[in-house]
Amino acid sequence: MQPLSHADRSNKQKLLGHARGILGDWQLYFLLALPLSYFIIFKYVPMLGVAVAFKDYNVFRGIWESEWIGLEAFREIFQMDAFLYALRNTFLLNLLDLVIGFPIPIILALLLNELRVKWFKRSAQTLLYLPHFISWVVIGGMAVQLFATNSGSVNVFLNSIGIESIPFLSEKTHWVLTYVGTGIWRDAGWGTILYLAALTGINKELYEAAEVDGATRLRKMWHITLPGIKPTIVILLIINVGHMASIGFERPFLMGNPGVSDVAEVISTYVYTVGIQSARYTVATAIGLFQAVIGLIFLLTADFISRKVNDQGIW
Amino acid sequence: MSHAANSKWVDACIIAFISVICLLCLLPMIHLLALSFSSNGAIMAGKVSLYPIGFNLTAYKSVFAHAAMVRSLFFSIFLVCLFTAVAMFMTIIAAYPLTKSKLRGRNFFLFLIVLTMFFSGGIIPDYLLMRELHLLDKIWVLVLPGAISAFYLLILKTFFSSIPVELEESARMDGASYFRILWSIMLPLSLPSLATLSLFYAVGRWNGFQDALIYITSQELYPIQLKLYALVISGQANDLSIMEAQNAGAPVPQSLKAASIMFGTVPILLVYPFIQRYFISGAMIGAVKG
Repeated sequence: MQPLSHADRSNKQKLLGHARGILGDWQLYFLLALPLSYFIIFKYVPMLGVAVAFKDYNVFRGIWESEWIGLEAFREIFQMDAFLYALRNTFLLNLLDLVIGFPIPIILALLLNELRVKWFKRSAQTLLYLPHFISWVVIGGMAVQLFATNSGSVNVFLNSIGIESIPFLSEKTHWVLTYVGTGIWRDAGWGTILYLAALTGINKELYEAAEVDGATRLRKMWHITLPGIKPTIVILLIINVGHMASIGFERPFLMGNPGVSDVAEVISTYVYTVGIQSARYTVATAIGLFQAVIGLIFLLTADFISRKVNDQGIW
Repeated sequence: MSHAANSKWVDACIIAFISVICLLCLLPMIHLLALSFSSNGAIMAGKVSLYPIGFNLTAYKSVFAHAAMVRSLFFSIFLVCLFTAVAMFMTIIAAYPLTKSKLRGRNFFLFLIVLTMFFSGGIIPDYLLMRELHLLDKIWVLVLPGAISAFYLLILKTFFSSIPVELEESARMDGASYFRILWSIMLPLSLPSLATLSLFYAVGRWNGFQDALIYITSQELYPIQLKLYALVISGQANDLSIMEAQNAGAPVPQSLKAASIMFGTVPILLVYPFIQRYFISGAMIGAVKG
């Protein structure tokens, strides 16, 4: 037997050091064990579960015993009209949200910034943020109470002054606008937070200098305030475009109704209809996976653009 | 001179405009509140706008007489407490070890956790997992899958890291275990942020709907939001009509629906003033990447 070389010995010591470090920290690992198992079971196992999209899922055989069918499900979904409609609607609703909804928080933030009475500004913010905490179930319920064609309060009021009912929820175009409107109602105020934060970072001396030069408020807003929050605007715009392909479930599901499903059925609600209600797991998983991949492409593109424009990624 | 006068005028306009927007935020809720206290006749005639006409409490009495609704309400309260307790426990025991930069594997664990903020299996794989675990239609399905929010975990970790290390080091010198440090130093020092995170979790659970819709089928396990959905939106108000037939002069569904919606909202409105500013700082942390 050869005596341990110097290198061997130091390696051994290092290993012992490692072992001691891990043993000494056993309490920390003990604490981490439960949360890490949580993430593995409830987050990573479902990620492997997307394999269902490539299998002819059989309830009795389970995911792993079911037969592989390759890309069959993907070929199938592209022959489903409803899927293509859902895809179109997802992009359409997101695009409208972006075009109509994106500028509003900016305008609100600029106006809030002009308020000089502190207490008024603070109370205004409190009220503006409030709708963000109302659940979509409640918002959907309120929408029915307010906008139903026959019994909705708004239409009852319109009728009473001699105007015909507006089919806010039952006609496609009106429904889309109502959908966008409720989104603005809920989140436009909340959306001002990041802009207001960016506004506090603008150098006050710029305004003082502009005042000396006799600049009007509008000019100051245009030449100082707006450029000050431009980076925030750009990055939020890029992030929003990055999320173009993904849509939440609750808002379209709870705002929608069978009469307008032509425009209200989006990917997330369609996955629910096909997967949960009709139990066609393979197809529904394939749709979800397809959307996730498109979503990832959008996000990575957005991140790439953001790096080009801002020298900074979006995460 | 005219400059200053002009500016005042602009100020007034902005204040007026913002006031109108604020009113728009509140009006739907005020209107619903008014409806819930109004008489049938007034609602049918379209007389109710922002204050009750023919004030009465019949709608609320009916909600309380509606066994399934009351059960959902109590179930939701119980669920929110259970969920918040589990979620806080899990988040605390995850956040504390991850503040230790010398902990081996820490970066890998953090990576594992952050990755889940961007990727998920999706609705169906989640559903199939719940089925394999025999969690479908059990209360735990509304507790466990959302037990740790990676985002809140990072917030709490940041907060724990801001507690001066000297406190912990001197406790280590005295031979205190990590468990003890967490329990007697870290937690007492972070009570405000623990309270805030609890409210985050509680509000999220109270408002949560999607998981209940997908995983829950028994009426006894309907959280309030799912019950509201069944009552107000999907029009499955069958059991309601029976109730109406029983009570002569029962309110039209309008006021009853409005009253039910109030039950879904009021708890949020009650805690909102206290947590508003924490939510704002939370939104900032989210923006300034974790």
